[in-house]
Amino acid sequence: MATAIDVRRRAADTAPTLRRRRKPWKSWLLFLLFAGPNLALLLVFTYKPLLQSFYYSTLQWNIGSAAAMPVGLANYVDWFTDPSTPRVAGVTLVFTVATVGGGMVIGLALALLLNRKLAGRGLARTVVVAPYVLSGVAVGLLWLFVFDPNFGITSALLNAVGIASPDWYNDPGAALWMVIIVYLWKNVGYVALIYLAALQAVSRDLLDAASLDGASAARTFKDIVLPLLGPTTFFLAVTTLLSSLQSFDIIRAMTQGGPLEGTTTMMYQIYQEGFQTGRAGYSSAVATILFAVLLIVTFVQMRYIQKKVHY
Amino acid sequence: MSAPAQTRVSGTPQPTSAAADGSGGMAAGPAPAAALAPGHGRERTADGPRRRRPANAGGYLSLLLAVAVMVLPLVWMLLASFKDRDEIYTIPIQWLPSSYDLSNYADALATVPFDSFFLNSAITTIVGAGLKITLGLTTAYAVVFLDFPFKNVVFGIVVFALLVPQQIVIIPNYTLVAELGWLNTDQGLIIPGLASAFGTFLFRQHFLTLPVSILEAAALDGAGHFRRLFRFVVPISAPTIAAVALVSIVSEWNEYLWPLLVVDRAEMMTLPVGLTLLQNNDGVTNWGVLMAGTVLVTAPVLIAFFALQTRIVAGLTTGAVTG
Repeated sequence: MATAIDVRRRAADTAPTLRRRRKPWKSWLLFLLFAGPNLALLLVFTYKPLLQSFYYSTLQWNIGSAAAMPVGLANYVDWFTDPSTPRVAGVTLVFTVATVGGGMVIGLALALLLNRKLAGRGLARTVVVAPYVLSGVAVGLLWLFVFDPNFGITSALLNAVGIASPDWYNDPGAALWMVIIVYLWKNVGYVALIYLAALQAVSRDLLDAASLDGASAARTFKDIVLPLLGPTTFFLAVTTLLSSLQSFDIIRAMTQGGPLEGTTTMMYQIYQEGFQTGRAGYSSAVATILFAVLLIVTFVQMRYIQKKVHY
Repeated sequence: MSAPAQTRVSGTPQPTSAAADGSGGMAAGPAPAAALAPGHGRERTADGPRRRRPANAGGYLSLLLAVAVMVLPLVWMLLASFKDRDEIYTIPIQWLPSSYDLSNYADALATVPFDSFFLNSAITTIVGAGLKITLGLTTAYAVVFLDFPFKNVVFGIVVFALLVPQQIVIIPNYTLVAELGWLNTDQGLIIPGLASAFGTFLFRQHFLTLPVSILEAAALDGAGHFRRLFRFVVPISAPTIAAVALVSIVSEWNEYLWPLLVVDRAEMMTLPVGLTLLQNNDGVTNWGVLMAGTVLVTAPVLIAFFALQTRIVAGLTTGAVTG
C-alpha cells in the first residue's frame, strides 16, 4: 500500500502537468488552506474598510451613532475650505519633509561615520539604533521632560550659552520642531543602519582605485558612492515617507496636536475628528485625501526612480 | 578589462576611469596620487590606505557627539526617576539625585496597574507576533511552492496592503470591532492587525533562494505540504524567521494607536497606553513618577535589544537588502 502511494507520488512529481490536469481542485484547496486565512484577514481588516472609508467620507455621521446622512462631497468641500486646513496641510508638509529629508541626510552622515574604521564603532552603531526599538509614547514622554522650558536639559544648555529657551510647550512653531527633533532622534538610527549595510557592500577595491587615481574624497563620494547607494535611497524614501505620514504616538504623547493645532498633522486630524470631535464622516474624508496623496507620491517616486536609479 | 597589473595606471590622475580600474587592487600605491589631490584628508568618506591622525580625531569627536545625543536623554530619564519634586523643580538644574531610593517607582506602581499592563502587552505581543509569523510563512509557502493559477494576483493583493496605512482604516475597523463586542478584549486588540504583508513579502524572497532539491527529497519521502513547510523549510530558514520575528515583536510591543482606541479599561491596557495614565493625574505633571514609569517601559526593551542586537539588526536590514 505504502509503496503504491510512493510510486504514484513519484510519478506525479516528475510529471506535474499531468497531476494538475487530473485534480486541479485539490491543489487549489491546498493553496486556499495555506494562503486563505491571511488573505481573508487582509480582505476583512484592510480592503473592505478601505472601501468603507471611501463610503463613510460621503456621510454626515458621528461614530457610534445610528443616524447617518448622505451628504455627497460636502465633507471634502468642508475640508478644502476650512480655515484651519492650510495650517494642517502646512504642518503635515513641514513634518514630513523635515523627518524624511532630515532623516536621510543625518542617517547617511551617521552611516559614513560608522563605516570608518574607528574603535568603538560597533558599540556606537548599537547605541544609535537603540531608540528605534523603543515605544514612541515612552520616547515622547521622556523628551517632554528634556524639553521642559524651565527644568529641562535644552533650556539649561541654551541658557549656558546665553540664549533663552523657546517655549516648546506653548509656541506652535517651536512645538512642531520639538516633535520633529524627537521623531528624528528615535528613527534616524534605522536610516543609518540601512545605509551602513549598503556602504559595506560597496567594493573596497573600487574606492581604493579611485583614491589611487587621485579622486578627492568628495568626488569619490559624489561620483561613486552616492550612485551606488541609489537603490537604498529609493527604498528609504518610500519606507520612511510611509512611516512619517503615519506617525502618531510621539505627537499624541507630547502635544496632542497642539498648541493651537501647531502639531496637528493630517494623520493626527483623522484621529482627532474621528474619535474626539466625533465627526467620523469628515475624518474619513481626510483619510481618503491623505491616502490619495500617499498613492500619488509613491507612484511618482517609483516612476522617478525607474529613470534615475541603475540597479 | 583593466590593464595588466604591472603598468602604472594608478599613477595617472584619471578620476573618471576609476570604476574601470577596480580590479587593479594594488595595496602599496605610490605617493603622487595623494599629492595631486588637494581635497584629501579631513573629510575623507572612506578610509583609504593612508589614514591621517587629524581625520581620526575629528571622527572620534563626531562619534562621541552622536553617542552623547543618543544616550543623554535616556540618562536624564533614569536620573529623574530617582529625584523627588524639589530636586526636579530647581534652577539651575540638578543633574544627580541626592539619593537613589525607589519611591517614584513605588508611586508609579501604586497609581496604575503596571502588572496587568505588562501582562496584556506580553499576551498581545506573543500571540499576535506568533500568529502573524505563521500566517506569513504559510502564505509565502503557498505563493512559492503550490500550484494555483492566480498566485501572482494573490501576492499582489498581499503586498499592496503595505501601502494602506492603518490610520486610513481605523474608523471602519473600530466600528466592526465594537459591533462584534470586542472592545476591551484580547481578540479585539490582536485580530484586526494580524494579517501579514511585510512578513509574507520577506519570506517569499527568502523561499525563492532555497534549493529545490530539499523539497523534492521531502516530497519523495511522502511528506505532505504542512510537514514540508514546518519540518524542512522552517528549520533551514530559522535565521530569517528569527530576524523577522524580532522586528515583529518590537512593533507589536510598541503598538499604540489601535490599543488606545479599543481599550478604555485600565486592566485591559497595554504598556504604552497605560503609561500615559501617569501623565496628568493632578493637572501638573509629576516628572519623577512619570519618568519612573517610562523607565519601566523602556528598560526591558533596551536590555533585550542589547542582548539580541545582532539578530534585530539583521531583521531590520533584511527588508532593505532584499527589497
